[in-house]
Amino acid sequence: MLRFILQKLALIVPTIIGITIASFAFIRLLPGDPILAMAGQHGVTPARYEILKEQFGYNLPIWQQYFNYVAGVLHGNFGVSLATKRPVIDEFMTLFPATVELALFAMLIAVALGIPAGIFAAIKRGSWFDQITMGVALTGYSMPIFWWGLLLIIFFSGYLGWTPVSGRIALNFFFPRVTGFMLIDSLIAGNPAAFVSALRHLILPAIVLGTIPLAVIARQTRSAMLEVLGEDYVRTARAKGLEPGRVVGVHAFRNALIPVVTTIGLQVGLLMGGAILTETIFSWPGIGKWMIDSISKRDYVSVQSGLLLIGLIVMGVNLLVDILYAVINPRIRVQ
Amino acid sequence: MATEIIAAPTAPTRFSGLREFWYYFSMNRGAVIGLVVFVLLILVAIFAPLIAPFPADQQFRDFIRMAPPFAGGTQPQFLLGTDEVGRDILSRLIYGARYSLFIGFFVVTAALFTGVTLGLLAGYFRGWVDALIMRVMDIILAFPSLLLALVLVAILGPGLFNAMLAIALVLQPHFARLTRAAVLSEKSREYVTSAKVAGAGNLRLMFITILPNCLGPLIVQATLSFSNAILEAAALGFLGMGAQPPTPEWGTMLARAREFITSAWWIVTMPGLAILITVLAINLIGDGLRDALDPKLKRS
Repeated sequence: MLRFILQKLALIVPTIIGITIASFAFIRLLPGDPILAMAGQHGVTPARYEILKEQFGYNLPIWQQYFNYVAGVLHGNFGVSLATKRPVIDEFMTLFPATVELALFAMLIAVALGIPAGIFAAIKRGSWFDQITMGVALTGYSMPIFWWGLLLIIFFSGYLGWTPVSGRIALNFFFPRVTGFMLIDSLIAGNPAAFVSALRHLILPAIVLGTIPLAVIARQTRSAMLEVLGEDYVRTARAKGLEPGRVVGVHAFRNALIPVVTTIGLQVGLLMGGAILTETIFSWPGIGKWMIDSISKRDYVSVQSGLLLIGLIVMGVNLLVDILYAVINPRIRVQ
Repeated sequence: MATEIIAAPTAPTRFSGLREFWYYFSMNRGAVIGLVVFVLLILVAIFAPLIAPFPADQQFRDFIRMAPPFAGGTQPQFLLGTDEVGRDILSRLIYGARYSLFIGFFVVTAALFTGVTLGLLAGYFRGWVDALIMRVMDIILAFPSLLLALVLVAILGPGLFNAMLAIALVLQPHFARLTRAAVLSEKSREYVTSAKVAGAGNLRLMFITILPNCLGPLIVQATLSFSNAILEAAALGFLGMGAQPPTPEWGTMLARAREFITSAWWIVTMPGLAILITVLAINLIGDGLRDALDPKLKRS
């Protein structure tokens, strides 16, 4: 197992280097002079230009600039945001829990609904339940989620008035930030009203972000179950006279779980993309909205570091999924 | 010996292969519905100037934000209502079909061409060519596609064409991976060896001998990419980084519409519905293609 993990780690080293090159190249690929681009409309005096050029190291050869950049990143130095003048990493760490909370809740909805729906659709193959579930799943899979979010706001926030339109929590609640997760922090502070407020803010964005993963998981679970239900060992289990619930739950589902876990893992990258749209619509103060705001404010240092950090996080999660996959399925380890 | 016996009867059946494909495809009712809708959309896009009641950018200043007639609007000539500057929404949607379908075709063609070529090179030559190409693909895939497309558009500048280029770039690794995997499994087959012995050059082996036998998964992936391209282009338009106003691109139409979610729901609802219907139709076709082209599913 250790050997498997080490092998996987060795394989992703080139990708990690590639991600650093991509984020390093980003600022240098922007049209025009990077310092003038950073200075914005105000411009700089020639003297200040030279100072800045030296300060950012643009006077060095390109490979040396790259090594300095990587060295800085390894020391936790991701630069200073041009918009707020705060270290980018501080901004990122403040906002990141909001995205994680949203993504986890979205995934919770997707898994909790998608797996049972897929199982029942497979058991009742061809039934009206199967057909409706798969129709809804394909619609969810085809959904432009930014529009879906607007529709939910129109209906639940505008028409019914059940949920707030934006933000993470009502502004009149104050409690210490411990984990950065509003749901957990409000409970730690012993403030049930704040918890309810946080939940009401979270539910619509989580539904929107969870829609496509839900559809994908339901479809994948169904097809994995159908494949497994046709296997000889399931027929044997049935022939032995086991009750149907046990056959489906133990013999079939555990084997069908393997491709489903992979699918769930693969959704993480998509979730980060979906978070950009979801957070923008609901003004959710997370990484996705921060990236969009940084791009529109031309805060390229933030965009660069965001690109690097998000790339590394997505890759780290994919690595975890690979390892988890090998834990569930010993056959993978041997290959 | 065994492979020869299996290979012989399947060899001369190219035409009946097509017929067999249609047989399985048409068994899937959803796929046929999707195909009909898609063909209708293409016709709408081609004949947009004939079908649309008004030009896409004609403003009726007296009828700003007019509700559709079925929702209490008083102007029956605006079937789906008018937008914030009094343009007929139905006409804009009809012209918008041109953009969405063009985006789909352009992106898939570009991604397919580059992805297949890179995948063929990687799978055929292996070694450092393979390592280099596939590592670059890994890097592209490490980023969420929408984020990467956004960043590329930030570099290239906002606009529909740049958005299409960016989306093509983020979608092509899927084609490269699929092609490479298919080439690896086909390359050691005997028909390839025999073509090589007969003196076929590298290019001929790659594109004429091997590639046609990898087409199944590529066609399915192309369909998926078509709908993805439309969704991502709409998302970029919605975020202000794709097609720019007053282009009647569906996502761009939604960007302005956000201000009216409480006062004029039809401005928000209609363009999104158009995106959903188009993407759904293409995905239905994709499901049908997958079932028809995947021999493993055929048996069940």
